[in-house]
Amino acid sequence: MAGYVFLLILILSVVGYYVGRSAGNRFISGTGAGAGQVVHSLPGYHGAFVAVWVGIPAFVLVLLWLFLQGTVIDNLLLASLPASLTEGQSASGIQLILSEIKNVAAGRIFKEPTPEIESAAAVYLRWEAIARWAMVVVAIAMMLIAMVVARGRLSPRFRARNNFEFVLSALMIFCSMIAIITTIGIVASLVFEASEFFRRVPFNEFLFGLRWEPQIALRADQVAGKGAFGAIPVFTGTLLIAFIAMLVATPIGIYTAIYLVEYSSDRVRATVKPIMEILAGIPTVVYGFFAVLIVAPAVRDTGSALGIAVSPNSALAAGAVMGIMIIPFISSLSDDALKAVPRTMRDGSLALGATRAETMVKVMLPAALPGIMGGILLAMSRAIGETMIVVMAAGLIASLTVNPIDSVTTVTVQIVTLLTGDTEFDSPKTLAAFALGLVLFVVTLCLNVVALRIVQKYREQYE
Amino acid sequence: MSTADAALTQKFDWSSESAAARRRRRHRADRRLRTIGVVAISIAIGLLGILIVSLVSTGYRAFVQTMVTVPVYVDPQFVNEDDPSKGNYRAIVKGTLETLFPEVTDPREQRELARLLTNNTQFMIRAKVVADPKLIGTTFDIRVPVSDPFDQLNKGVIDRDLPEDRRKINDKQIGWYDKLEAEGRVSTPFNWGLFVNSDSRFPELAGLAGAIVGSFYALLVCFLISFPVGIAAAVYLEEFAPKNRWTDLIEVNINNLAAVPSIVFGLLGLAVFLNFFGLPRSAPLVGGMVLSLMTLPTIIIVTRASLKAVPPSIREAALGMGASRHQVITHHVLPLALPGILTGTIIGLAQALGETAPLLLIGMNAFITSPPGGLLDASTALPTQIFIWADSPERGFVDRTSAAILVLLGFLIIMNGIAIFLRQRLERTW
Repeated sequence: MAGYVFLLILILSVVGYYVGRSAGNRFISGTGAGAGQVVHSLPGYHGAFVAVWVGIPAFVLVLLWLFLQGTVIDNLLLASLPASLTEGQSASGIQLILSEIKNVAAGRIFKEPTPEIESAAAVYLRWEAIARWAMVVVAIAMMLIAMVVARGRLSPRFRARNNFEFVLSALMIFCSMIAIITTIGIVASLVFEASEFFRRVPFNEFLFGLRWEPQIALRADQVAGKGAFGAIPVFTGTLLIAFIAMLVATPIGIYTAIYLVEYSSDRVRATVKPIMEILAGIPTVVYGFFAVLIVAPAVRDTGSALGIAVSPNSALAAGAVMGIMIIPFISSLSDDALKAVPRTMRDGSLALGATRAETMVKVMLPAALPGIMGGILLAMSRAIGETMIVVMAAGLIASLTVNPIDSVTTVTVQIVTLLTGDTEFDSPKTLAAFALGLVLFVVTLCLNVVALRIVQKYREQYE
Repeated sequence: MSTADAALTQKFDWSSESAAARRRRRHRADRRLRTIGVVAISIAIGLLGILIVSLVSTGYRAFVQTMVTVPVYVDPQFVNEDDPSKGNYRAIVKGTLETLFPEVTDPREQRELARLLTNNTQFMIRAKVVADPKLIGTTFDIRVPVSDPFDQLNKGVIDRDLPEDRRKINDKQIGWYDKLEAEGRVSTPFNWGLFVNSDSRFPELAGLAGAIVGSFYALLVCFLISFPVGIAAAVYLEEFAPKNRWTDLIEVNINNLAAVPSIVFGLLGLAVFLNFFGLPRSAPLVGGMVLSLMTLPTIIIVTRASLKAVPPSIREAALGMGASRHQVITHHVLPLALPGILTGTIIGLAQALGETAPLLLIGMNAFITSPPGGLLDASTALPTQIFIWADSPERGFVDRTSAAILVLLGFLIIMNGIAIFLRQRLERTW
């Protein structure tokens, strides 16, 4: 249905374009109204002017309608339900009733519905049909009115081009604001859900508590029904895995960059760089499977050969694979930082008789250090936010340990496990995921901002 | 004169033993750094090699499927000619096995024997009979996949030499399988099912069709949103925007969005698109919308770079001829920048194709056995299908996961290949 409406909008816009253009053509040929005057805009702009005024308002209207129709109908439906059905129900109970009504309306009947539900389903179906057709009628009426009004404004002296370009500029400004809207959306949704969570679980308990057992809080009437939402073990697990990843990636990445900048021939560089790009382009779910299939068993076998009991989803395996993922990141950022060091500094050092290693270690690296540090911070933020590798290879149980062969969990793993499957928006279990998401967002944002600052500041120094 | 100055003015003997030793030591340090660099690169390349070799060596098996051709007698007593879709096809399968193995009479053994064929054999026969009701009362050959353990046996994953209690299949079942093989009924053709079937609980039947279609829809939505919006935003920021705090804010925002963890976008999608707007779970539309928000910064950054690469002389010439600023952009600058923009867009879409975490949160990891018919149908995507299969315990899904990864990597290679091709063929340097 919605698809046809959009198609209709497109068709009417095209019609509007031709209406406007033919008007413009008549102005030029001097046959229409106001003949003899100098025409301001080309016929195409007259057409485009009519087309945007026909298409864009209708498009926005239909979009808003589709987004809001569900919520409006739900609320109307709830208001119309007999009080006996909704009285004393919690939010989730009301949601259940709503979904039952919708199921009955769609013909998916699992148990014999009560008469109230059945009549509500009939009402729902009727309203939905009304809403759908109302949308079509309103959209068509709006487009036709817009076409008539826009066509009426056309005249030889009408500044159709300027008007059209003004609309275009407004559109472009709106598009460039989507980035801000997205950020606002992220912050608002995280803060909103997280504040809901902190109303149930004190902020301090979440940030400094030592026990994380959210799964227990499945039902309110359970013995340990409250669950425990102390996120410290989750944070330490995240940091442990990120630390292992950095331990793997930083030396390999930096030494790779050093070799590529200082020692390698152009041919080696031309082969190694694409390989690094491949490494960077592999989806993380692939790394996750690699961790499960190869690395974790290998770590485990090595451990048992040495007589150490390694957990099957050890932090070591997940961290090591995450390190592989981050290598290209660090190497390319270090590469950029080293390349940005002015050539004169390097040449001066070499001319004084320093070897290439001495030049690298004593001149280039110190000069590039801020840039490399920025790169490492960016990589760190990526390691903390990385999801799939840890979801597949790290554990689910939050244990407060720094032992790399134990199983730990991370913020992202917890978000995914808490939110996959059925999600209800009023249980602390679900809301906890948003609180974790908020922490994740804030931490990575800080790391990114600091890193970008460092990189930029340093770049300016040498330019 | 102090001693230090004296040391400086004294002639230094470069050929002395100590100087030579120091030189050797310094050059050794140089060689050491170089070697460490080579080792680091070798480790990185070696790890990539291990990754690819391990995927190929497990994944190639899933590209062939062990099939067995069995003669089926469609007994009219089980199937009604007027309504062939309702028949006792289970009994027909049983009858087929009885004619092939008349010596197996014990009911328990018959059940074990039935495990040789895939569970859906009866439905395959039904489909064939429904398509051609004339088959009722005749015997025809049908090729069906063997069930997963026997597929693994044929591919050598299950070791025959293992003691019986440590195998999933017993000696008798192996004997029956060998008999079928000796009769020439077993074949291992290319596994088209991997691309034609959708997800299934049975590895021998599971395929990627649903996931590929779902990914296609999601990428389509992602492209339709992020391409026009990204270009419009980039054109505004690069060509029109005044330099002020507001545009600075937008720029900082875009750069930060590019570095926000992908799972946070999933949280946004869950809270805003699903919870607030009430869009359906698991729908490619929502997946595409979330992915487009993630791709947008990439496209904006790339587009701005290609706009910057168009020399100012083009703009000045067009302005000089009396074009408006919009005409300069749409008639001259954008067409010249388009190859770069397209390249960046394809690379952005390739990234979006591999993105998993946000799709998990909006429910695109459901178990769905048919390809989605539209943007609002529940569906999976390629990376989430990989995640689902990687979590499945059956041995056959290990191969399938690797194969699915190879398919995904194949798509990524194709997309990046197109991007490189475009860059080389169309991009001009000034």
